[in-house]
Amino acid sequence: MGRADFRNPVSESRRAKWITIFVAGVFLALVLFIPLVAVFVEAFRLGWGAVLAAITQPDALAAIRLTLLVAAISVPLNMVFGVAAAWAIAKYEFKGKAFLTTLIDLPFSVSPVIAGLVYVLLFGTGSFLGPIFNSAGMQILFAVPGVVLATMFVTFPFVARELIPLMEDQGTGDEEAAISLGASGWQTFWRVTLPNIKWGLLYGVLLSNARAMGEFGAVSVVSGRLRGETVTMPLHIEILYNEYNFAAAFAVAALLALLALVTLVLKALLERVYGRDHAGAVRH
Amino acid sequence: MSVVTSSKARWRWKQPSVIPGFGLTLGFAIAYLSLIVLIPLAGVAWRSAALGWDEFFRIATDARVVAALRTSFWTAGLAAVINAVFGVIVAWVLVRYEFPGRRLVDAAVDLPFALPTAVAGIALTALYASTGWIGQYFVDWGIRIAYTPTGIVIALIFIGLPFVVRTVQPVLEDFDSEVEEAAATLGASRTQTIFSIILPALFPAILTGFALAFGRAVGEYGSVIFIAGNIPYVSEIAPLLIVMRLEEFNYPAAAAIGAIMLIFAFIILFAINLIQAWSRRRYGHG
Repeated sequence: MGRADFRNPVSESRRAKWITIFVAGVFLALVLFIPLVAVFVEAFRLGWGAVLAAITQPDALAAIRLTLLVAAISVPLNMVFGVAAAWAIAKYEFKGKAFLTTLIDLPFSVSPVIAGLVYVLLFGTGSFLGPIFNSAGMQILFAVPGVVLATMFVTFPFVARELIPLMEDQGTGDEEAAISLGASGWQTFWRVTLPNIKWGLLYGVLLSNARAMGEFGAVSVVSGRLRGETVTMPLHIEILYNEYNFAAAFAVAALLALLALVTLVLKALLERVYGRDHAGAVRH
Repeated sequence: MSVVTSSKARWRWKQPSVIPGFGLTLGFAIAYLSLIVLIPLAGVAWRSAALGWDEFFRIATDARVVAALRTSFWTAGLAAVINAVFGVIVAWVLVRYEFPGRRLVDAAVDLPFALPTAVAGIALTALYASTGWIGQYFVDWGIRIAYTPTGIVIALIFIGLPFVVRTVQPVLEDFDSEVEEAAATLGASRTQTIFSIILPALFPAILTGFALAFGRAVGEYGSVIFIAGNIPYVSEIAPLLIVMRLEEFNYPAAAAIGAIMLIFAFIILFAINLIQAWSRRRYGHG
């Protein structure tokens, strides 16, 4: 018997192992790693100065400001919703719970373009609501409120999705103990529930924020692309790219890619403190 | 005693609980869900219904709409199949093997969730264009990737990559090694064990990952429009057609195409729920 045949019967041969790793590596390199590297290489092709100039140009600054504003509004609102929904779903037994959970997941199953489309149909010409808001002097579509609404739609399930399984696993024992010891509902939430779910909450907020800042399809439909007013960073990249200003497009793209990398690092750290078991929700 | 019996006999939709806040949290959640998601979505159904059946049918069977839907579905399907195959390989490597950089690769698998689609779109286009780092090698063989349906498939592979890996990975981690040992003891070769014991057990997870990747890819817009070239009847995807109809202010047509895509999205969602229910019954995990 040759040495090569002499191996653990529940593992593969060394050769098979390294071939498999090589295949996985080539695949990941082609669709994941090389594209990521390409963003930074293309951005820095003309040097640091060009990158800084592209990022500090007035339209780019306006896009960065709008992106931050949109995330600052949509993420906290969805966070409050996520906590409320998870509380209702995880702490009580009631009929229709599974159906409600499916409805909360709905935005993940819907094309981002449809997320934009629904608000165009709701507030655009020929709609019922558009004229009402217009006569009140409020522009929703092709204005900042529309961009915020579309972003809220696509990031809607993140926090709830993260918290529902976590809070279901934790059960109701802690809260029941707190209530029976005389704590009020709010005291129970702030002092018992919130410390229990803080890492999961942070995880959901992190993913929600990454999506909110990077959303393209939904926002592009409702934005109207008014430069300096309704153009977010991803839309600014598209505008620059379509003007063949590739260096500037990749410079702004590099900034967003950096955000994605920071998100991944924080995500990996959170998974370490909070456990992969819970941080495994696959549907983002 | 009679009070207890009567309350037991009564049908109740909620079990009693000492924890306060049910009305507040459920009420807020349902109100917010309705305002942001349900009512706007109902608008699509309402606007397409307002078209009438004949008009809806005319838009749905328009040659360009049919071509765009066909392109969206076959590219999404092919990308999901490729992701199912390579996703299992990547999950296998991450769970079963130790090698330098494993944790880094594991974290990087989620990149498509974190990287904005527009960034992915322009990066992939730059790489797979006929002058790009990767595209230039294929041009020599007469294969163009960017600005063809092949480019769409590449973008959709990127977008769907994490789904299969992340659904298969936990199942593989929990896989009972005793089963493999039993197979080996009974004389199965390693290849037999992998293909007749392990892969069948992973099948529900692979199917779920496939369906999630497929569902996401059918609706994907941001990364595709840069690399697709968007040639009508060839590399034009259905979401782009919705955007074009909206830009022409042809809202009824946009709503009709949107409604068709929504119906498919619901079918996929339903299929995923079925797979998971079946898998829980059959294998004890979702």
